[in-house]
Amino acid sequence: MHSESSLREPLILGHRTYHDITVDLVTPIEEKAPRMWYILLTIAAIIAVYGVGCILYLFSKGIGTWGLNKTVDWAWDITNFVWWVGIGHAGTLISAVLLLFRQKWRMAVNRSAEAMTIFAVIMAAVFPMIHMGRIWMAYWVFPLPNQFGSLWVNFNSPLLWDVFAISTYFTVSLVFWYIGLIPDFATIRDKVVRPWQKTFYGILSFGWTGNAKAWQRFEEVSLVLAGLSTPLVFSVHSVVSFDFATSVIPGWHTTIFPPYFVSGAVFSGFAMVQTLLLVMRKTLKLEAYVTIKHIEYMNIIIIVTGSIVGVAYITELFISWYGGVEYESYAFINRATGPYWWSYAAMMTCNVISPQLFWVRSWRRNLMFTFFMSLVVNTGMWFERFVIIVTSLHRDYLPSSWTMFHPTWVDVGIFVGTIGIFFTLYLLFARFFPVLALNELKSILKTSGESYKNRTAHGHSAEHHH
Amino acid sequence: MADKIIYAVYDDPEQLKSAARKLITAGVRVKDVFSPFPIHGLDPIIGLKRTRIGIASFMFGITGTALASLGTWYFMIKDWPMDIGGKPNWTWYHNLPAFVPVLFEFTVFCAAHGMAITYLIRNKTLPFMPARNPDPRSTDDKFIMELRTSDNHGHSAEAIASLLRGTAVQEINERQC
Repeated sequence: MHSESSLREPLILGHRTYHDITVDLVTPIEEKAPRMWYILLTIAAIIAVYGVGCILYLFSKGIGTWGLNKTVDWAWDITNFVWWVGIGHAGTLISAVLLLFRQKWRMAVNRSAEAMTIFAVIMAAVFPMIHMGRIWMAYWVFPLPNQFGSLWVNFNSPLLWDVFAISTYFTVSLVFWYIGLIPDFATIRDKVVRPWQKTFYGILSFGWTGNAKAWQRFEEVSLVLAGLSTPLVFSVHSVVSFDFATSVIPGWHTTIFPPYFVSGAVFSGFAMVQTLLLVMRKTLKLEAYVTIKHIEYMNIIIIVTGSIVGVAYITELFISWYGGVEYESYAFINRATGPYWWSYAAMMTCNVISPQLFWVRSWRRNLMFTFFMSLVVNTGMWFERFVIIVTSLHRDYLPSSWTMFHPTWVDVGIFVGTIGIFFTLYLLFARFFPVLALNELKSILKTSGESYKNRTAHGHSAEHHH
Repeated sequence: MADKIIYAVYDDPEQLKSAARKLITAGVRVKDVFSPFPIHGLDPIIGLKRTRIGIASFMFGITGTALASLGTWYFMIKDWPMDIGGKPNWTWYHNLPAFVPVLFEFTVFCAAHGMAITYLIRNKTLPFMPARNPDPRSTDDKFIMELRTSDNHGHSAEAIASLLRGTAVQEINERQC
């Protein structure tokens, strides 16, 4: 059997067998949910319902209920869109890129991170759809034959590229996630005893057998889907950045945007993974599977991507001066010292300075500190998009139309509402779905499990008879 | 003599692999193996050929590229050419850079979904299919080898069972076909 260096920290702690992994992950699904789950779900659902109410109000009254004006005609809606899409990126990076790099620690986090991706992309898709105003015409974004003199969508427009990028990203992530879930649903189906659960997970498992050919195809499909999703991780946020970079607005018209947006996306995505995982690990008692080492690995990715983001900010500033275009220079001076200086300061503090604190080993292995930092990073990344969008727009070409953006309660309600919808979906996932890829974990138990690494597992010597 | 199916139950994938190797050497054909996770290195032992699903994915992918090329040419060049910012859409070739994102996304879309659908159909894992694993423990912690007397005319069920008893087998279950 393949054996792993004893220097590597174990990925599954304690004396665990294959059956223990099944029990640890299926029991929370079989048993009654803890009281905390009901409390959290109630809070999230109330916020979600309020958000849906705000969206319905927007539909009935129109986009005028937002704080947009003639100068700042894109604000919180697109900020929230980019923020949510960015959060989604960590899930795909973990499940696809880390699969190609054979990083075994991904197996404890990929399932919940992919769920986060799917829910975050749904939340992202809400914003461009509701910004259309007449959402019942949303299908006009597709090149469908029509009676307007065969009028087609414009394939030269980055906004249309975005439609293709987001819909491909969403559907491929969903399929990748579900194909991984099928064998785990089969495990639940074969373990649960209540009739409704047997039927429910029986349907979800699609009649999975786990025979040799099925597993062979499973591995091939996982590998190819990972290969296909890897360029998607980079392309989706690049295309999102084209929405800005192909325009002629000072502060947007920069070639650095695609890599800058992608690293920012991965940065914020990992922060959200930490926020969710730290709570889930505690409430579902997954400490043996999501270890301090897993948290540390993710914090290291946060340092790397956060530093790339920091370099991008500084490069942007330097080029705005070095390029010698006074409109471009003004856009950046105005960001840092103009009326929105506080959002620029928040962005710089949260995204550039704070992740550097993770260089201290004991801090990046501290759970409370990590949780706090994950909230800081996500706040910072929201401000980054706000800075890029609003501060570039609010100083128009004509000083007479210079203005500020003031969000209305509808702006705030919809943004907070999407956070509520997101958490509602995530809580339902955590209750009814296997939150870790339990069968994948079994495949690394005997190489990366603690009791197998230090040779204290029961019957350990028996395996070496072949 | 009626045909029999023999299920040999193992606790560990490595033990199952060495048992399979031993049976194959003795000239016994292993019909199938059911396990909670993929057993690496098992396929060549029991004589499984590599899946061609990756080739299928490639075919779906190039179909996607072709369709997206045809679509962008028809919508933007043939049916309704537009002059955007003094850059007219007269030829597909000259507009190609603007079509790259859509060509790429549609290629990935077709390759991924085409392969996923092929995978689900070939594995017969579709909504409302009943569970077909021989033992519910095979999705938990047991590794089960299936042998059929109809595949192995040179060996009786007893002969196969006695070969199996020489391996690290935990249980041997027989069933009539």
